[in-house]
Amino acid sequence: MSLLSLKNMKTSIGQYHVLHDVSFDVPEGGVFCLLGRNGAGKSTTLRSIMGLWSPSPGSVTFRGEDLTGLHTADISRRGIAFVPEDMGIFGGLTVEENMILATANGTFDRTRLKWIYGLFPAIEKFWDKPAGALSGGQKQMLSVARAIIEPRQLILIDEPTKGLAPSIVDNMAEAFREISDKTTILLVEQNFEFARSLGRDMAVIEDGRVAHTGSMADFVADKDLQDRLLSLSA
Amino acid sequence: MKNQTSPIVKLAVLAIAAALLFWPFLFQDVRSIQVAARICVFIVLVASYDLLIGYTGIVSFAHTMFFGFGSYGAAIALDRMGAGWTPVLLGGLAGVAVSLVVAVAVGLLSLRVKAIFFAMITLAAASVALVLASQLSGLTGGEDGITYRAPDLFKPATKLLVDEEGKVASLFGVRLNGKLAAYYFVFVSSLVLFLAMLRLVASPIGTVLKAIRENEARAEAIGYRVVAYRTFVFCIAAVIASLAGTVYAVWLKYTGPETALSFDIMIDILLMVVIGGMGTMWGAVIGATLMVLAQYYLRDLMGSASEALAGLPVLPDILSPDRWLLWLGIVFILLVYFFPKGIAGTLSARGKGA
Amino acid sequence: MDKLNETIDRLGGVYLLPVAVAAVCFVLIGAPSSWATLTVAGLAMGMMIFLMASGLSLVFGLMDVLNFGHSAFVSLGAFIAASVLASLGGWLGSPSLMLNIAALVAAFGAAMVFGLIAGWFFETVIIKPVYSDHLRQILITMGALIVVEELILAIWGGTPFSVGRPAFLEGAFVIGDVTIEIYRFFAFMLGLIVYAGLYWVLNRTRLGLLIRAGVENREMVEALGFRIDRLFIGVFMAGSALAALGGAMWAGYETLITPHLGADMMIVVFIVVIIGGLGSVQGTLLGAIMVGLMSNYVGFLAPKLSLASNMLLMMVILLWRPNGLKPAVK
Repeated sequence: MSLLSLKNMKTSIGQYHVLHDVSFDVPEGGVFCLLGRNGAGKSTTLRSIMGLWSPSPGSVTFRGEDLTGLHTADISRRGIAFVPEDMGIFGGLTVEENMILATANGTFDRTRLKWIYGLFPAIEKFWDKPAGALSGGQKQMLSVARAIIEPRQLILIDEPTKGLAPSIVDNMAEAFREISDKTTILLVEQNFEFARSLGRDMAVIEDGRVAHTGSMADFVADKDLQDRLLSLSA
Repeated sequence: MKNQTSPIVKLAVLAIAAALLFWPFLFQDVRSIQVAARICVFIVLVASYDLLIGYTGIVSFAHTMFFGFGSYGAAIALDRMGAGWTPVLLGGLAGVAVSLVVAVAVGLLSLRVKAIFFAMITLAAASVALVLASQLSGLTGGEDGITYRAPDLFKPATKLLVDEEGKVASLFGVRLNGKLAAYYFVFVSSLVLFLAMLRLVASPIGTVLKAIRENEARAEAIGYRVVAYRTFVFCIAAVIASLAGTVYAVWLKYTGPETALSFDIMIDILLMVVIGGMGTMWGAVIGATLMVLAQYYLRDLMGSASEALAGLPVLPDILSPDRWLLWLGIVFILLVYFFPKGIAGTLSARGKGA
Repeated sequence: MDKLNETIDRLGGVYLLPVAVAAVCFVLIGAPSSWATLTVAGLAMGMMIFLMASGLSLVFGLMDVLNFGHSAFVSLGAFIAASVLASLGGWLGSPSLMLNIAALVAAFGAAMVFGLIAGWFFETVIIKPVYSDHLRQILITMGALIVVEELILAIWGGTPFSVGRPAFLEGAFVIGDVTIEIYRFFAFMLGLIVYAGLYWVLNRTRLGLLIRAGVENREMVEALGFRIDRLFIGVFMAGSALAALGGAMWAGYETLITPHLGADMMIVVFIVVIIGGLGSVQGTLLGAIMVGLMSNYVGFLAPKLSLASNMLLMMVILLWRPNGLKPAVK
């Protein structure tokens, strides 16, 4: 059984229909990449899963349970973490306070924290500094660190490499590989190189619909499909 | 998206317009002609407020302030210069000028920031204006206000037409005296201002305003300068409110904080807009008419009901005319909850559904 | 210039403003004893206004809800405390300090309990149906304010209501040639204690952490698994209780109150939260102290300009910082 399954998801924001028909299954383990052009509806898909927009009833199931209509907080409590496109850092709070908020009961699991320090040394270095003073890459690390400070079932990550320096992107890829050993990641990504190095399965969204879904290896092999859906070599 | 106004609404507005036109011939007592003049002025005032709240989505609590500028402008000029048309003109212009300056200042200062800030700042500005009016008593007459004479044409003794005996002539039993002239001055001025606003909302500017209200970010993206448009509308509404104030001041021959600046007037305007329906000029007509009628006649009714029930517990108390505002407040809340589109909007929506 | 800015920032930045105002007015007023009396009065007034305004500011910051009816809690608090004090008249004049204090605690307690209840009612019945619709929010809370004011008028009547003070808060103490009213000192101290308490909750507890994070980014706090809407009711009720406490203290300060009290204070409270920046408790304190000081100084120097001075202060500050002096990070 797949971990997360979307069936004919439709989402409207105000009077605009953003998602028309999104269906795909995210199997347990590894990285699932959600690709597509700008404005295709990738971010909206993540936000709909998280309950931040209301998708059509019955369209999101997580371990067999219908998530639609649940409050965002309750969806989160089911073990789904969210790293939004804008990173959602609390700039007026310290790095430590940002991390505390992400824990279930206000205390840290020391071994997990050590592991995070290992993945992202900047978190340890700036532990008691205001998060607003961090660089863009450090904020992204903090946002991901928040998502993994507790054991989760699934992490939704929205464009983590946007605007990052190449060395940090490599660091991020390394970290994601390690995280995905324990936790499933649903990754929205514009950077195809980054996505193909991580992804096991994938889907492409186009104009609010799923245009293709399958394994990353097949997609990488099929140059025509890539050109048509992502127009990489335009 | 074309706004379909229901025929019932249009019919009601036509009926009201006809009633106001022939009012002095239909009802001849002093009080009812006061009611009619107040309806005329408030239709303009409410419609101009609707330009802000209904058409543009700006919540301002300073609309009475502009009304007051116009009133006090005419009042002070008539008081200092004596009765005549020049002081009315000069006072009215002075009111408009002050309104424009204040509107531009407030608009540029706060229309950039959040809507909430704007509501709070206008509320603060209006209360300062009220305090200033009662404290600068040398100019404004303080709490007592100013009593003055209107231009000679509007004196009750003025004969518009004389019959063979040199007495004031009558038409259908109505004496054609200065009082009648004063009423038609109010009626025609209001009509002109109202038609001007109708023209404005039908123009391309009206469309832009609606676009801004629906989606500010998108309007900005399309290339409309949202702040400029908002400031423009705020100024237009202020000028019209100011002119309405001048007209009312000429009619009342008295201007004081209670008639021109008090926060009660602001509450009345809000109620009229909500009752009539935001975002439609027709709603302003219906809302203002109903509210003014209720103010004059329903209040009396409450008084007599309260007296009639004098023996019973509680009932006389809550029906006392003093509790008028309490009931209005409750009606207001219920309206905003259940009929946010007001009478005109609700009727039109129903008409479309049928 | 940059150096100057840096030095000012290191010394406290915008927090220096009240000090600067006090210093300038020291020169303008000339007489040190009058200045000292006015400063104490200004600080006391500022603290009471802070209590009234802090809830409004947090409620807006957390849920983007603007409650135009907030000053209803101030009025209610004032009238309930005044009634309790009136009914405990014997305790007030009693030479026993214990009875004095008991009367005061009963009055303030009653005001706050009522504030909590009224806050709960407001949030669940009046405001909840119109979350995220600012226009209707403003209209409905304004309507609610009218209804509450009319109810106060119906219950307590339109004539000014005289408020008793416990004997131990009457009078003044004199240091040199400076006279300080005991009640003002008391109001200032109580305000300071409440501020310290608020500061502690916001900065040292998990609840406070959630509130601060929620003001910054509500969605993200929810995505981390917390129900902001439930937290919000609590904050709303606490803010209402504080406003009621502020009203109760104000009643004792003015000693004569009318149903207009709420509407009058509303303007001041709005000016304070705009000056301070919505959503931040520190900013609200700063704004309240500024307004309290300015009102007293200007009231002494140019009585007619008292209210206009606050308006002018607001305009100047908005031109300088359109989001207020110390807005919450958004």
